[in-house]
Amino acid sequence: MGNFYRDNDDIQFLFRHLDIGQVASYAEEGFKYASQFETAPRDAQEAIANYDLVLDALGKLSADFIAPRSEDIDRQGNILNPDGTVSYAQGIAESLNALAKADVMGFTLPHRFGGLNFPNLIYSIAIEIVSRADASLMNIFGLQGIAETIHFFADEDIKQRYLPSFAAGKVTGAMVLTEPDAGSDLQAVKLRAFQDDDGNWYLHGVKRFITNGCGEVLLVLARSEPDRSGGLGLSLFVCDRGPSVKVRRLEDKLGIHGSPTCELYFDNTPCRLIGERQRGLVTYVMSLMNGARIGVAGQSMGIAEAAWRIARDYAASRQQFGGPIEKLPAVRDMVIDMKMQIEAGRALLYETSRVVDFELGLNKIVESPDNDPAAAKEAKQTLRKVKRLAAMLTPMSKYYCSEMCNTVTYDAIQVLGGSGYMRDYASERLARDARITTIYEGTSQLQVVAAVRGVCGGTVEKYLDELAALDYADSVKDLLALLAEGKQTLKQCIAFVKEQGVDYMDLVGRPLVDMAIALINGYLFCGQASSTVQFEVAAAESGDAETPKKLLMTQRKRMMARRYILRTAAQIKAWAEQVKSGDKSTFREYEVLAGPVPELG
Amino acid sequence: MGYHCVVLVKQVPDTKRITGQAMNEDGTVNRAALPAIFNPEDLNALEMALEIKDNHGGSVTVITMGLPTAADMLREALYRGADRAVLITDRRCAASDTLATSYILSCGVRKLNPDIVLCGRQAIDGDTAQVGPQTAEKLGLPQVTYVEHILKLDGTTLVARRNLGNGWQEVKTALPALLTVVDSANEPRAPRALRLMKYKAAQCRIEIEAMAKDDPSVDVEAMCKMLDDKGLLIHQWDLDYLGADLQWCGRDGSPTKVHRIQSVVLTAKEAKDIEPTQSGIDAMVHELIVDHTIG
Repeated sequence: MGNFYRDNDDIQFLFRHLDIGQVASYAEEGFKYASQFETAPRDAQEAIANYDLVLDALGKLSADFIAPRSEDIDRQGNILNPDGTVSYAQGIAESLNALAKADVMGFTLPHRFGGLNFPNLIYSIAIEIVSRADASLMNIFGLQGIAETIHFFADEDIKQRYLPSFAAGKVTGAMVLTEPDAGSDLQAVKLRAFQDDDGNWYLHGVKRFITNGCGEVLLVLARSEPDRSGGLGLSLFVCDRGPSVKVRRLEDKLGIHGSPTCELYFDNTPCRLIGERQRGLVTYVMSLMNGARIGVAGQSMGIAEAAWRIARDYAASRQQFGGPIEKLPAVRDMVIDMKMQIEAGRALLYETSRVVDFELGLNKIVESPDNDPAAAKEAKQTLRKVKRLAAMLTPMSKYYCSEMCNTVTYDAIQVLGGSGYMRDYASERLARDARITTIYEGTSQLQVVAAVRGVCGGTVEKYLDELAALDYADSVKDLLALLAEGKQTLKQCIAFVKEQGVDYMDLVGRPLVDMAIALINGYLFCGQASSTVQFEVAAAESGDAETPKKLLMTQRKRMMARRYILRTAAQIKAWAEQVKSGDKSTFREYEVLAGPVPELG
Repeated sequence: MGYHCVVLVKQVPDTKRITGQAMNEDGTVNRAALPAIFNPEDLNALEMALEIKDNHGGSVTVITMGLPTAADMLREALYRGADRAVLITDRRCAASDTLATSYILSCGVRKLNPDIVLCGRQAIDGDTAQVGPQTAEKLGLPQVTYVEHILKLDGTTLVARRNLGNGWQEVKTALPALLTVVDSANEPRAPRALRLMKYKAAQCRIEIEAMAKDDPSVDVEAMCKMLDDKGLLIHQWDLDYLGADLQWCGRDGSPTKVHRIQSVVLTAKEAKDIEPTQSGIDAMVHELIVDHTIG
């Protein structure tokens, strides 16, 4: 009887450390729903109790029901039937049914549609827990942003039609965006949307690489303005998967075998417009993608956590040279670094989710007609700032967590050596599952492009100043000095890059964003080390009298903060050198250095 | 129409998490040192009852005899879909063996007038598998033990498949009847999030009374009524309410006498290498048949 929520000390600590009462208050809009719905909490304390109970149940379900099915799911995959329908792998079908029965398919949907109305922060924790059990299942469990998009932008009529079914887990959805010639560049979408004489809309064309394209409810990005190229010619539509939508092909993939990736053909499929014309890509899909990016960051956390646990266990049990391999310096270092990066990613993701919840909460205050104008005006000002912060932290989280997940799963194989490469252990599957995370919902390179705007546009400096102004324990003061130094270095780099132009900013975007993330994570670690939460954790048996058996998480986090900040301080110096070198050979010498395009085959 | 199912459940020490303090000096179980859990096969019985409700309609009531802490387990049953929970708690129930327990439970079940009574095959603390059958006897109901699957449920007839360990048997019975359920029957469903949020507030009278002790502003009667109105009251019955004959309850009603408790420590005596070849395996199988380990 396992529990992927309770057995994770870091999640347990953060659940207590973060101000969840605050996000609960935003989600519940000051707990005004308590009188209307028996499931709505009366106050922050009850909301937190609800989150804890539901995550606990999900933690058990993930450990005992979902995780044991993941190996078969990987081997079985999904099947495209001759009639164009798709059969999920048995374990996916069973797990989805169990999740639906557990009422967790409407995690963030409002009470009135039968949803839980939980904040994004709690949803991120849930996605991590489910992904640790089966990464591919997250691609359906974590697609709840589809229902959320309908909730945010569609007419009441469309909401009533779809949202209760989503919340009850009776339907699943797909984000139908990508086309053969429109991948990262969604502005190039061609799929045609047209109206008949009565004004009814229809879709015609092909979509490719559609996760869960066999789902019942499809959100489709289509060109509604034939004369208009680019993003402003696109609108978002919703349709049911009926006879006029065919799954033409299921992709054969490296990993996440349980997640069906479909090619869809729309043959004059009746559909309905979401919101307003021409806002499909610029407003609605951007919002949808931001949610999905946080989802992928959560998925990355789950995969990395699963891989780390296998490596940790193996390092302690595998005997070589007369003892466990964890006695070897290189292995010890790898095991700690994996753990450190996981905790850094979690800190960043939860902070991002918290900021997104803050943004959504402020949005509701601004839009609500009941609030007094002064409060609404104040909220509006804060909202502008928070929006910018969320727009920077979201791609940072997706970038950091997915890259971290790839490093950690590869290192897990390394710790296991030959055994890790074999299918006897889950580490090879986790590494295959990890690989997509830096690609879909926007590649790492595109996340960097999105984040670097915030880094060079002043958002990161303001945010780092805010973080630096918080209260910290005396024991991390020397670390704060290092972070302040790093902040100065980053500032100099930004100033240098601004003189070089936009092309150069994109060229050195990655080290710039890496520096910013290292500093943010450093402050978050220091915040955790300074927490007032008294949470006791165990240390491993060492046989050494100096190692404590139990200690406070804050003490442990102090050590982790020190390691992280010392290591990244050295990296920041190296990144700064690279950025300030002004080396533009990439532009000039590409043709010579890359050479002619080779003949394949 | 549907069926009214009553599920007998028990809170047990988690015998899978044995630690050093799990046993008292005298060899009895130190219940305080072990976490209390929902008896696993009772969860299978609850799942079967909930499936009957899903497929045929009706309602599910869970009932337990135990300490006030058993309310935790009853809440868990409510989270998973039970409509009503009953706690039989009374100091005079203490020291009941399986016979007395069955008698007390049968008094409770009689008040509920069920179509189908379900319970786990056995509890992981005593492992007797006696309470189900004895309760059926007391109630004068037909019993089907080791049920793995309900093959047919139509009107007042039920056909079940029993798993006898070395084979299966199909049994037809008239209702009402009592079924004891094995763990291979199903995978119990998870608690439902919406029910968790609602039923976490469910309480029984004794818990409210404990709260009132710490907080004099709590009005026990008013709170019980408020919870009952919302469907959140865990019903609490004592032996007087059940009209139970006290000579059949507790120590007086328990003929079981513990003669001796022995702590058996199993140690490995010898190891043997088996060649990973067909002849090696054949030799091992032969040896196991000869010493009656298998066959």
